[in-house]
Amino acid sequence: MSELKTNAIKNPPPADLNRFLEAMPYAQFLNISIDQKGNEITTVMGFKDTLIGNPVLPALHGGAIGAFMEITAMIQLAFETGITAIPKPIGITIDYLRSGKPVDLYGRAHITKQGRRVATVHAEAWQEDRSRPVAAAHGHFLLKAADEADA
Amino acid sequence: MPSDFELTPDNIQMMKDVLIQHVPHARALGLTIKDAKRGEAWLTVPYDKRLIGNVETGVIHGGVITAMLDNACGVAVQLALPERVSIATLDLRIDYMKPATPGETLTGHAHCYKVTRNIAFVRGTAYHTDPTDPIATCVGTFMLAANRAIPLEHAAAMELLKNKQEG
Repeated sequence: MSELKTNAIKNPPPADLNRFLEAMPYAQFLNISIDQKGNEITTVMGFKDTLIGNPVLPALHGGAIGAFMEITAMIQLAFETGITAIPKPIGITIDYLRSGKPVDLYGRAHITKQGRRVATVHAEAWQEDRSRPVAAAHGHFLLKAADEADA
Repeated sequence: MPSDFELTPDNIQMMKDVLIQHVPHARALGLTIKDAKRGEAWLTVPYDKRLIGNVETGVIHGGVITAMLDNACGVAVQLALPERVSIATLDLRIDYMKPATPGETLTGHAHCYKVTRNIAFVRGTAYHTDPTDPIATCVGTFMLAANRAIPLEHAAAMELLKNKQEG
């Protein structure tokens, strides 16, 4: 947590993380929004029927949960590093811990290690009780400068 | 169910109906089962502007590939099981090799290569036309008989498949 604060102070965040979301139509498709309280970012995947993967339970689609955590990690990266370009995912590992209920899903991420080119990020998603996470993920992302051409 | 049932176009169509059309998120993504055989499934997602991850490049978001592979793996596991049970994803690791090409349909192939008493092991690949030139690869594990709620549509589908094979 202290590292998060230090980084945020060293690298002032972009004024509007929502612009980052707006550049990502898929985030809107998943109904993802950002709840920012100072330097704490919580992402929210507002429940809607099209997020259901198992209509019998019912439960959220695992792919939607995975994608949500990936975007949560990207938003945290954008906030802490101040990058404007969308970081490219290299790989992500998702642990499914509980089935996602048909309600809003919340997500938080923290950067485990930030190198010059690659950042390692851990993310967690929960619903009613943060101590009972629905899923956890860790991923590697390629960071690139805003003026760098697409590889 | 016979241990080596054939998936005829009719059966594939039925699986498409029951395993995809009754899954709201799969429908929203435009997921389609293109082909299937025992323990294997090929799914496609057509290019759709709503699924873009970066408006500057028009490249489909990595999360779409995650969702497609997750679903493909689930279908492959269902097709590898000798009897109907509910399954739950334990973990899924995705490696992204290159961005998807804007405008092109995504294909996801998953193969459930081992089933044990409790766990099914599966791996998959996402590509456009050439499976040897992957956009992403994945490996995952699924828990079997994860809960009591057997997906009714799946159960019905497997029953139909069985009857077809026997009749």
